[in-house]
Amino acid sequence: MAVRSHSNSKKAGKLGYSFRRHLHERFIEMLLFVSALVSVVIMIAIVAMLVKESYVFFQHVSILDFLTDKQWTPLFDDAHYGILPLVSGTLVSSLIALVVALPLGTIIAIYLSEFAPFTVREIAKPFLELLGGIPTIVYGYFALLFVTPLLQIIFPELPGFNLLSAGLVMGIMIIPYVSSMTEDAMRAVPMNIREGSYAMGATRFQTAIRVVMPAAFSGIAAAYILGISRAVGETMVVAIAAGMQPNLTWNPMEPAATITAYIVQVSLGDLPHGSIGYQTIFAAGLTLLLITLAFNIIGHILRKRYREIY
Amino acid sequence: MKTDKKLEEIRAIIAHHKRWDLIFLVTGILALMIAVLTFVALFSHMLVDGAPRLTWSFFTSFPSRHAESAGILSAWVGTTLVMIVTALSAVPLGIGAGVYLEEYAPKNLFTEIIEINVTNLAGVPSIIYGLLALGLFVHQLSLGHSILAAGLALALLILPIVILATREAIRSIPISIREGSYALGATKWQTVSDHILPYSAPGILTGVIIGLARAIGETAPIITIGALTFIAFLPPSPVQEEFPYLSFEWLMAPFTVMPIQMFNWVSRPEEEFQFNAAAAGLVLVVMTLAMNGLAIYLRYRMRKKIKW
Repeated sequence: MAVRSHSNSKKAGKLGYSFRRHLHERFIEMLLFVSALVSVVIMIAIVAMLVKESYVFFQHVSILDFLTDKQWTPLFDDAHYGILPLVSGTLVSSLIALVVALPLGTIIAIYLSEFAPFTVREIAKPFLELLGGIPTIVYGYFALLFVTPLLQIIFPELPGFNLLSAGLVMGIMIIPYVSSMTEDAMRAVPMNIREGSYAMGATRFQTAIRVVMPAAFSGIAAAYILGISRAVGETMVVAIAAGMQPNLTWNPMEPAATITAYIVQVSLGDLPHGSIGYQTIFAAGLTLLLITLAFNIIGHILRKRYREIY
Repeated sequence: MKTDKKLEEIRAIIAHHKRWDLIFLVTGILALMIAVLTFVALFSHMLVDGAPRLTWSFFTSFPSRHAESAGILSAWVGTTLVMIVTALSAVPLGIGAGVYLEEYAPKNLFTEIIEINVTNLAGVPSIIYGLLALGLFVHQLSLGHSILAAGLALALLILPIVILATREAIRSIPISIREGSYALGATKWQTVSDHILPYSAPGILTGVIIGLARAIGETAPIITIGALTFIAFLPPSPVQEEFPYLSFEWLMAPFTVMPIQMFNWVSRPEEEFQFNAAAAGLVLVVMTLAMNGLAIYLRYRMRKKIKW
């Protein structure tokens, strides 16, 4: 609009449409553009920083060793740089968390979206949201000092640090994310599709499982992927409750370090900038970023392929 | 006879499906109960352990080697100062980016890249932001283990939350409001600053509060920038008696924050320190619950009041 007034400058000048005003508008637009650009710059900076430090790291350690060595002892004299023990810890704890969070989150979502009366939903939704807002360090405290002693009653030989209790608590922690996104996806399915199903004599359960869930599949997949990347990237719960000892194991009853816990452990000590120990946390971080990125891409593909448009 | 049998069969099928319907209803309620009970267990466990430690002196003492006399003074002051830095940097940037994407951005590939990027940023694990802050702020920009570095790290972390909340709030404003403003001769920025921003303010505020609540409890990025130290002093005061009255020395000061203090206490073997951890956790949970509760309340009121 400001542009058009510019050609009509004599009349426009009287009305206050001036070149300065045009400039002012352009300046603001530039400013807003730059703030939008910041998000891209952050992403580039993250990747650049991780790749740069990891590149120096991989000058010392071959990628083959990194991917196949079965020990991760970068701070010992006999240094081994195999990421597998950290990856196994991450996968086991995430798997336990997902076994808890995905079914429970989905059941809660179906219940809230298809079964629950209005008042229950109005209370339960904000409550779950509050649950999702509790700091992760508090969940870590809860896992170490409440859940582990509880599990030790059932399994007396369970060590004080273990993947099981960290994974379980992490699962509970992720439930709100999964349930609220799944529920949103299910509520977005138009009512007439449900009514069609009810008219055929289907129960609420049949409608939810056979009609609403397939229709909301892309949104539900997005919720699951978000849950997975939360579990993989979660730090404090595992750092506190699962111990920080790298351990190549698939047994959830053992203590083991995850990728994130290792980064925390190194950061706790004061490693000199530029040392190989310092670079290991960036290599570990890059591995973590690639894992979460892979899940995000899978989620994106699922969303695109199964998107239903009404 | 045959129809009767058929009817019986149909009834059996219906009863079967109704039974499943009921079973699922019970399962759903049970699942919800698990979430509720976990929260009750978490909160009561912390309350039993931590409540006796929550005295006035707990808030006014520095951390100490003696669990009984240790407190969270440096932690809550540090959290407050870090949050100021985070809010001052993330809020203008996030709102600016949100406004650009909703009101200004042309529909082209670059805009799409920014949009996908914001969603991806929201999914990046928080510890990765810590690594970025460690490499960029602490070492390359030589900010050290300072309040400024921590505040900026957390600002990066909550930026996507603020952007997404701003976009959502702006999107809910009907196009007629903009057309009305343009019809009266307002420029784009006048329309945005006089109409779009004020009308979307409650929605944006909700997002900002949720983001800050997340930042308060975030531990991993702050540990990563190497801020886990024993801090038994306060940063220099921002207000001075002499000219120019304001000092920004505190920005570069070493610090500790609430979750770090709690982590410190949790990782000690002595039981007395676990009680301190419980007390600090209680303060932290009450703080985040209050902030999230405020955000939910704001949204609830907004939904009731606004009728375009």
